[in-house]
Amino acid sequence: MDGPHHETGTGDRARESARPTGPGPGASGGGGALGTLPDACRSTTTLRVNGVSHTLTVDNRRVLLDLLREDLDLVGAKKGCDHGQCGACTVLLDGRRVNSCLLPAVALDGCEVTTVEGLPALAPPEDREDGENGGDPLHPLQRAFLERDAFQCGYCTPGQLCSAVGAIAEAVAGHPSHVTDPAAPSGEPVPLTREEIRERLSGNLCRCAAYPHIVEAVEDVLP
Amino acid sequence: MKPFAYLRAGSVEEAVDAHAAHPGARYLGGGTNLIDLMKLEVERPPVLIDVSRLPLEGVRELPEGGLWAGATVRNSDLAAHPAVRDRYPALSEALLAGASGQLRNVATTGGNLLQRTRCPYFQDVTKPCNKREPGSGCGALEGVHRDHAVFGHSRHCVATHPSDMAVALAALDARVELYGTEGRRTVPVAEFHRLPGEHPERDTEIRPGELITGVVLPAATAGLPSAYRKARDRASYAFALASVAAVLEVADGVVRRAGIAFGGVAHRPWRARRAEEALVGAAPTEDAFEHAVDLELAAASPLRDNAFKVPLTRGLALDVLTRLAPRTASPA
Ligand SMILES: Cc1cc2nc3c(=O)[nH]c(=O)nc-3n(C[C@H](O)[C@H](O)[C@H](O)COP(=O)(O)OP(=O)(O)OC[C@H]3O[C@@H](n4cnc5c(N)ncnc54)[C@H](O)[C@@H]3O)c2cc1C
Ligand code: SF4
Ligand code: FES
Ligand code: FES
Repeated sequence: MDGPHHETGTGDRARESARPTGPGPGASGGGGALGTLPDACRSTTTLRVNGVSHTLTVDNRRVLLDLLREDLDLVGAKKGCDHGQCGACTVLLDGRRVNSCLLPAVALDGCEVTTVEGLPALAPPEDREDGENGGDPLHPLQRAFLERDAFQCGYCTPGQLCSAVGAIAEAVAGHPSHVTDPAAPSGEPVPLTREEIRERLSGNLCRCAAYPHIVEAVEDVLP
Repeated sequence: MKPFAYLRAGSVEEAVDAHAAHPGARYLGGGTNLIDLMKLEVERPPVLIDVSRLPLEGVRELPEGGLWAGATVRNSDLAAHPAVRDRYPALSEALLAGASGQLRNVATTGGNLLQRTRCPYFQDVTKPCNKREPGSGCGALEGVHRDHAVFGHSRHCVATHPSDMAVALAALDARVELYGTEGRRTVPVAEFHRLPGEHPERDTEIRPGELITGVVLPAATAGLPSAYRKARDRASYAFALASVAAVLEVADGVVRRAGIAFGGVAHRPWRARRAEEALVGAAPTEDAFEHAVDLELAAASPLRDNAFKVPLTRGLALDVLTRLAPRTASPA
């Protein structure tokens, strides 16, 4: 069988995956082509990505980041380091921010993934912003990034956006951070000061050092 | 990465049986360390046994007053748990000082304890490393070892254990709960990680195929003042150069109980037993803290390039102890 076997669920975004056969296993570290791989080393997994269900048979080595980018053509999440060190691959998994480069897709059977492409749909319709020149709607944080000029090359931006959306939800749920006063009451929303925003987004590196504007953009959308 | 088979265990027994049937298998927690090392081909397991969905989640009150934290609890949830923040603040602080928000959302209690060293020679399969390849030599001994151990190392290995969480657990007298083919047992966290000696390939006292099911926080340290402080090369998202966790009980102007552990300086969380012994029975004064910490640091034997860790640890330890003392001192 050539390429990952892929059945998409409902939705007009469903599409056939037609990846060419790559080199055999061992040669490719990414686990893209199934080629001569023993049956035991591949699995079928079902994920809901941005509201669309996908059932794929993948090489067990497939990490979520490669599955999103190469099997589903969702190229928003970026590969910076591939080792959990930069945050460019950040997506939301069951609503929580994670590094998609370290998650084997087979372990995520039944999970719900939101990538930067799915962020606008997370915002309530009345908060969704019109895109540039009649483009797709935007999440309010995406609009704030544009207005604050919170990027230069943009490579880290999808990860920054997903991470910030996750971080705001964590603070609302009362999760402390390294800079939260340990005596702050448990379970109550943590106010996101600049210091808090900087600490909570420290897992997202920006090679262009757009940090000051990123912090301002996040401040603009705090609940 | 080498191809591998994937199994999802439905129960603790099933996981342990699957491991017995597949020598060389690895348990998969959050995967934030294991998948990283598999990409580097430092780890090449033929089989992964996914234990991340076992019913080992949650934090439970124990009848004697302690807490049980399950092996699959994510680091971020453990750090935010009200009972942990309230009764074992050093644990919450240590977890929050480690990694990033994204990583803590995935990393599990069990996986955190068993994460491997960040020694760059260990992570590079083209370099000699006794821990990865016994008998190949230690690249760090005379090489790049600024981040390495100052306590308890051997000429076979000078690596440190990178976990922040384990340092707090060691100071708090927590125990690791294990389950294997020989049944259930618990081991103090402070004795769970080994010193390298002649066998640096063995990080811990875990037996082949044993599963971590949880950690037990004892009633004895519940509610006592405790804290964690970490020094690193940047303000956030970096491993410890050195760190200190401490718990202190003071009554009638005298230290009744002291638990002190140093992180980033040894192959395991370094329980500062000499310092603890010197403190118990003494008044919690700055002089007493200095005397106790210096007694412990006299046992340090830094490498060529990491002597800076000794005064760094000293400063952290004195800061943490003096921060804890006023909160416990009883009015005269
Ligand atoms: C960029 C980066 C920065 C980091 N910074 C820090 C830091 O500052 N401080 C810090 O403390 N940590 C840090 N970490 C490490 C992180 O804390 C660990 O990767 C994480 O805690 C491991 O947990 P896991 O569940 O993902 O483990 P896994 O990767 O799933 O497993 C790790 C090991 O434990 C075994 N295992 C897992 N669960 C069990 C179980 N229940 N029973 C038996 N064996 C089991 C696995 O087989 C494997 O050998 C960092 C990691 C990265 C990538
Ligand atoms: S310090 Fe330990 S882990 Fe590092 S190279 Fe030496 S033997 Fe390997
Ligand atoms: S690509 Fe995942 S953290 Fe860098
Ligand atoms: S905008 Fe270029 S890396 Fe952040």
